[in-house]
Amino acid sequence: MCLAVPGRVLSLSEGDVLMRVGRVDFGGLVKEINFAYAPEARVGDHVLVHVGFAITVIDETEAARILDHLRKIDELSQ
Amino acid sequence: MKLRDEYRSPDLAHSLAQKIARMVTRPWTLMEVCGGQTHAIVRYGIDRLLPPTVSLVHGPGCPVCVTPVEYVDKAIELALRREIILCSFGDMLRVPGSHGDLLAVKARGADVRVVYSPLDALTIAKANPQREVMFFAVGFETTAPANAMAAYRARQEGLQNFSMLVSHVLVPPALRAILDAPTNHIQGFLAAGHVCTIMGFEEYEPIAAHYHVPIVVTGFEPVDILEGIYLCVRQLEAGRAEVENQYARSVRRAGNLPAQKMMREVFQVRPRRWRGLGDIGESGLGLAETYAELDAERRFGQVDLNDEQSEDCMSGLVLRGERKPTECPAFGGRCTPEHPLGVTMVSTEGACAAYYRYGRLRVESKS
Ligand code: SF4
Repeated sequence: MCLAVPGRVLSLSEGDVLMRVGRVDFGGLVKEINFAYAPEARVGDHVLVHVGFAITVIDETEAARILDHLRKIDELSQ
Repeated sequence: MKLRDEYRSPDLAHSLAQKIARMVTRPWTLMEVCGGQTHAIVRYGIDRLLPPTVSLVHGPGCPVCVTPVEYVDKAIELALRREIILCSFGDMLRVPGSHGDLLAVKARGADVRVVYSPLDALTIAKANPQREVMFFAVGFETTAPANAMAAYRARQEGLQNFSMLVSHVLVPPALRAILDAPTNHIQGFLAAGHVCTIMGFEEYEPIAAHYHVPIVVTGFEPVDILEGIYLCVRQLEAGRAEVENQYARSVRRAGNLPAQKMMREVFQVRPRRWRGLGDIGESGLGLAETYAELDAERRFGQVDLNDEQSEDCMSGLVLRGERKPTECPAFGGRCTPEHPLGVTMVSTEGACAAYYRYGRLRVESKS
């Protein structure tokens, strides 16, 4: 039920933050999503979407850093 | 998405499992809180990658599973009224009430509609001004801001024919209830990544300190879950009990502030009954006084909670992490997803359904 799906922001509306909507691409399927809870999102960002709402902007630098770190430990332990 | 593939990398998963195996010196029991994580663990066989000394038990993190049967009964009763259109997320439809489920009344002609977003229920209300539209609002903190927005908009727009039947639950009080139980054997938690995306993780710090349990905020991909387990076991082996954030690409310490603000605007913390766990004080959300006119219970009558009947199944024990689904005598025989006896077999996030779907076999009960 708490499933949240990642997608890429294609466009965002202007105006009132609470009413902001955007088009999000989920690997080919494009949906209109509410951005009231992700005011920092920009076009091109990846966001996590839950029941029609963007709930966070995925921090890709952080994601890559963790993967890098895990890989390094993996190599060290070989 | 490329990132997602990397967090599913079998090589990384195996190397994490090996690291865990090399590190453990004693048996440890961890609980993953969220049903989405339970599903992933069984699907990818993560529990089988772990050394036998580390066992995972499955938590109460499926909002559909913990909704009291009386709310399902109320939704069915209302759906049967001609003037009402009942809107719900899809996973509520097959949850057994005392007599049948929403899917069955829909087949009998009741106007039950599955919505993707709570805002869709508002659209339906606007399109049907002569009917009453009732939205069955269940969920954890992840879903509460979306449902709160539906209430906020309905009030802003002066919609007269929209109401909500609210049975929202909160995670931290459930963790406390599990830890307070005299039979508790959980030594560490993987906290639910999307709940914490909304709420942050500061509220878990007093729990970690008071009960001396490590709590690791964890994501949903196999590598996330294994790293969460790794961090949790590392704390246990070192005698530490802290809150750690494995899922930092999504979760920030303070959480999502605009979402929390909207939750506070619309909802109020209330006592709640959880199916399988019983009454827990301050463990859920209901509409705030200022939104009382949207409350379906005020409009159509209160939900009466009866004394919890002993169900013909172990789902209460499963939800508390005291039994594995495969220890239930009915598992896979009398109880299957086609003929569920209990709610943990219905929802795809219920532990019994996950075990069945991914082919786990029944074992003899230990008791
Ligand atoms: S297998 Fe069925 S009867 Fe047994 S605990 Fe699970 S839901 Fe209940």
